[in-house]
Amino acid sequence: MGMLVNLRDWIDARFPLTKMWDEHLAKYYAPKNFNFWYFFGSLALMVLVIQIISGIFLTMNYKPDATQAFGSVEYIMRDVDWGWLIRYIHSTGASAFFIVVYLHMFRGLLYGSYRGPRELIWLFGMMIFLALMAEAFFGYLLPWGQMSYWGAQVITSLFGAIPVIGDDLALWIRGDYVISDVTLNRFFALHVIAVPLALIALVIVHILALHEVGSNNPDGVEIKKTKDENGIPLDGIPFHPYYTVKDIVGVVVFLMFFSTVIFFVPEGGGYFLEQPNFEPANPLKTPEHIAPVWYFTPYYAMLRAVTFDIGPLTAKFLGVIVMGGSVVIFFFLPWLDKSPVKSIRYRGPIYKTMLTLFVIAFLTLGWLGTKPPTELRTLMAQIGTVVYFAFFLAMPFYSRMDKTKPVPDRVTG
Amino acid sequence: MKKQLLAILLLISPALVLANEGGANLDKAQIDPANQESLQRGARTFVNYCMGCHSAKYERYNRLARDLGISETDVIDNLIFTGAKIGDTMKIGMQSKDAKKYFGAAPPDLTLIARRRGADWLYTYLRTFYLDDSRPFGVNNKVFDKVGMPDVLWELQGWQKPVYETVTDVNGNKHQKLVEVKLVRQGTQSPAEFDRTVRDLVNFLTYMAEPVKLQRQALGVKVLLFLFVLFIITYLLKKEYWKDVH
Amino acid sequence: MSGDGVDTSKRRFLTAAATVVGGVGAVYTAVPFLASWMPSERAKAAGAPVEADISKLEVGQMIRVQWRGKPVWILKRSEEMLKALPTLDDRLRDPNSEEPQQPPYAQNPVRSIKPEILVLVGICTHLGCAPDFVPQPEPQPYDPNWKGGYFCPCHGSRYDLAGRVFKGVPAPLNLVVPPHKYTSNTQILVGVDTGAA
Repeated sequence: MGMLVNLRDWIDARFPLTKMWDEHLAKYYAPKNFNFWYFFGSLALMVLVIQIISGIFLTMNYKPDATQAFGSVEYIMRDVDWGWLIRYIHSTGASAFFIVVYLHMFRGLLYGSYRGPRELIWLFGMMIFLALMAEAFFGYLLPWGQMSYWGAQVITSLFGAIPVIGDDLALWIRGDYVISDVTLNRFFALHVIAVPLALIALVIVHILALHEVGSNNPDGVEIKKTKDENGIPLDGIPFHPYYTVKDIVGVVVFLMFFSTVIFFVPEGGGYFLEQPNFEPANPLKTPEHIAPVWYFTPYYAMLRAVTFDIGPLTAKFLGVIVMGGSVVIFFFLPWLDKSPVKSIRYRGPIYKTMLTLFVIAFLTLGWLGTKPPTELRTLMAQIGTVVYFAFFLAMPFYSRMDKTKPVPDRVTG
Repeated sequence: MKKQLLAILLLISPALVLANEGGANLDKAQIDPANQESLQRGARTFVNYCMGCHSAKYERYNRLARDLGISETDVIDNLIFTGAKIGDTMKIGMQSKDAKKYFGAAPPDLTLIARRRGADWLYTYLRTFYLDDSRPFGVNNKVFDKVGMPDVLWELQGWQKPVYETVTDVNGNKHQKLVEVKLVRQGTQSPAEFDRTVRDLVNFLTYMAEPVKLQRQALGVKVLLFLFVLFIITYLLKKEYWKDVH
Repeated sequence: MSGDGVDTSKRRFLTAAATVVGGVGAVYTAVPFLASWMPSERAKAAGAPVEADISKLEVGQMIRVQWRGKPVWILKRSEEMLKALPTLDDRLRDPNSEEPQQPPYAQNPVRSIKPEILVLVGICTHLGCAPDFVPQPEPQPYDPNWKGGYFCPCHGSRYDLAGRVFKGVPAPLNLVVPPHKYTSNTQILVGVDTGAA
């Protein structure tokens, strides 16, 4: 024991080991009333680690070459010992990442976690979300199946809608006249090096910002306002051991769901691994129906919902603007919300209604994005898009006029 | 807690609804991936009737031997006609360039066809070729209109003819709609025998699309049992520590 | 929050239990990742036994085949070559092939199944170079009494025509005799023992 203490002191004199441990775990005081929704932050971190490890092992056998990519994935699935498991972990992990992150973001909407003084946490979080979307998009090309190929073809063509520079930009991104070996090679580099580095860096600043201001909680009460004589928040408990042991339970439950998918339904009903992607990419033959992977479908539905030109602006360009805007608008949330309270527990009926409508619109758009468009579906997507944007754009008005309940001084457990 | 469960259910409900769609008008293949005899019969049908034109270039013969419970010598004697070695993959001699000349399109590799199409689709497809003089090979298919493939199993099944029904669409135009195919001349197998032949073949194709499936599921049970034990321990640990929190 | 009435032993027990069970899980999780580095089915198929035809092999001639990516030499030795072997015994490290560098059926003075046919893995036991085949018994810069053998140009290791290593060279062991068997009088299958398959 004495030796270990000496070693720790030796390190502490040269590196802030104990200091960091205390700051971020042992003496980081988190509100004691975290509920179910607070599991998804640590789970997102967990999935990131899973993806990085399984991804590293996949690169050991994957070949980023248009003539070999599809075959190398099957090589991993069949010839490499346990390759199938590593591949299913990674493909399931991609979907799990979005499930966890969407729930994590929804938690923010429920309890106003984006409100001051946590605006930067929210902004970093949104940048993580953008990086994650880029990561998923680049990664989806790599198996070089029909969906990989045509999905990438469609998404890169979106850039062509930008006036003046659009076509050159799309050409530059692809490095060829269509998606090709060159595109695959650069997407591989971005997927395995560039974006993961950015993701890790963003996760670190996200957590640093969180630990600077402290966590929000389901009551939206600032626990730092009421401290005891030692300066410790009365409603706070040290993250370690209390939330480490709690989050470990969350991780185990998550792993049970995760393993169920990996071992029993790795295709996820055709949503995690799409059927057309079991056919190698064929630049001469588009599949009957192209749908992006499920986590992109809400935005894709909004893109397709714009079917009319406005003045000189074409429907194609407006669609891209709407799709981009639907993601970017999240960044402004901290300044759109004018409610005097943070948590949904003390908000009035208008916000509750708007949030419910928003969730319904988001899910409906997600469903519509997986389906081929019909007249009725396009109309539904248009209504969904309006609801989606109304949630944000009308927020400064309805959040101000909404009735609120008095917020207690202390958390309610 | 109830509210949260409800919320989760609400969030995943579109996926549940979606999972139930598709697969209309397909006959159920009802395959049994654990039935090795069925797989062996299917493998024989595959090398005899399919591998003339289609490869299975990701499946190795020695893996097939291991997974289907056949000795390697039996595989060499009965299933390898191409001079391949036991460790080779199931490739064929036909060049895709030549194939394109014969069929208009190169016959696709079939290793993953069951994951691409699904077992029920294959089962229906292989049983619903019918005579159609307008097609180059004289046959068409109920689930794959204007199919480019000849009916290679006709000797076994015999010939079928289409049965049409006249339907009126929303604009009042009358159309001929294919409702079923009817056997007009039986082949060497009775309809029941032929269904079994195709079921075995589809079973084999499904195995080949994911050879690891049975192993995966068996391991999954163990993993979940382990996680359940770990859950109980970690839950008790959490409960013990949280006694401090009032 | 308070520290009163904490059951420390229960806490310790549960922490230990969680650590041990979780640790076991972590180890089992690592297994697939580590195992994925073993030769794949493709590598195993490519490393399958190789057939060599020796019907056209002339006396004193050597052919090379590849087994598991490694060069395998098949040499048909002459009477003189075989006669020269015992005369070298006192200049060799392991003249009686006591080190396990060959299957039991090649642990004899000529290190082969049929005396005249020598089968060797052509990789120097020092650092993995491929030695040269120098069959003529004539004086060499590195050995004035050369009776024919193998010379490794990398670091000067020498072997006789049974693959036995000389003393005073960097290589520690005799050249490896791979598992092999005769499927007929003129066919050798390299990579498989008489016992197996």
